[in-house]
Amino acid sequence: MKGLLLRDLSLAIRAGGGFGLGLAFFLIVTVLMPFGIGPETPILSKIAPGILWIGALLACLLSLDRVFALDWEDGSLELLATSPLPLEAVAAIKALAHWLTTGLPLVAAAPVLAVILNLPGDGFFWLVASLAIGTPALSAIGTFGAALTVGVRRGGLLLSLLVLPLYVPTLIFGAEAARRGVEGLAATTPLAMLAGLTLATLAAMPFAAAAALRVNLR
Amino acid sequence: MRLAVDTLSCARGGLPVLAGVSFAVDPGQALILRGPNGAGKTTLLRTLAGLTPPLTGRIDAPEDAIAYAGHADGLKAQLSVAENLSFWADVFGAGAIAPAIDAFDLSALADRLAGNLSAGQKRRLSLARLLVTGRPIWCLDEPTVSLDTDNVARFGRAVAAHLAGGGLAIIATHIDLGLPNAQSLDITPFIARDTAPGDDPFLMEGAL
Repeated sequence: MKGLLLRDLSLAIRAGGGFGLGLAFFLIVTVLMPFGIGPETPILSKIAPGILWIGALLACLLSLDRVFALDWEDGSLELLATSPLPLEAVAAIKALAHWLTTGLPLVAAAPVLAVILNLPGDGFFWLVASLAIGTPALSAIGTFGAALTVGVRRGGLLLSLLVLPLYVPTLIFGAEAARRGVEGLAATTPLAMLAGLTLATLAAMPFAAAAALRVNLR
Repeated sequence: MRLAVDTLSCARGGLPVLAGVSFAVDPGQALILRGPNGAGKTTLLRTLAGLTPPLTGRIDAPEDAIAYAGHADGLKAQLSVAENLSFWADVFGAGAIAPAIDAFDLSALADRLAGNLSAGQKRRLSLARLLVTGRPIWCLDEPTVSLDTDNVARFGRAVAAHLAGGGLAIIATHIDLGLPNAQSLDITPFIARDTAPGDDPFLMEGAL
């Protein structure tokens, strides 16, 4: 299992692996936002948590179709399915690798980009905390979506349509926690709800994704 | 260790392809599957490997004993030859890759990226993977595609060594590998006449 994780990480980092795609997209969205909205800092600081959350979510979505599609195309997925690794473990490791190469860099970049959007000082902790707790759910839900659409040629559109509605609860509670943190309100309740969502997703996802893969490999 | 198949029916894309296939392979034996294109050799091998559930019938084989090699090589172009093999050795928990590299004459290529190999070299790497799985039953689908005559002989020796070590092999191929203890099975008589879709809703055409 460790071997699969290390392989996926090194494939992501090597040429053509797509590492940094989500991060670059996140950077572009947040840097362009002040140009589009105007330099009024009160407006920017008010919408900053929402923009950062939506930017992170879309950046996550962007790299999802690579999760299983590459292994499917070159036949590795079939070989993994006949290997001693259970497909549930394969799905869980794929989700973890996606989070490490996409979600974690987003969490690390968010406070830097928040400066551009003039996020008030109180909000930084809550923004990072909500992203750190919420992005694993984005990767896990996305892995399930990728498993569902793995055999579909150019399945990116279908994948986005399937996954976006499932992302909504995470976005609502994540952005709410960050917004409340910015305004100095109690943010622990949405944060706890977000953590609950993430944990439930992490618990159920490997089984759902493995079932979808089994059907698609037939 | 024995692989026995009893009145097996298999389907591909929701359509029954083969019906009533029965055979048994003992340790040290190879079974060569023959039949025209589209007869169902690949479907039979995929069913044996557990990728496709059989429609009816049963497959008697020890759990986690089958190593499958299909048409696709399953290689990562950005990883070197040694890295590709080490990965599969790690997944199967089988240990050293050196014997596999030697058996398919890959030592000169060990550090080259798999994406830069020729088609025949990729195929040799893909076949070397079988040795690092450490599994006794090989299910091989057209393993000699894009191999030259020397390497077909090299592959034949690797299979013969596998059989001599108590393993068994089921190979769909159109050429003579020169294997001892090889029996041949022509699957043409088992081609399913009934082409109605199976009753499994997940296998229905257009289900996904």
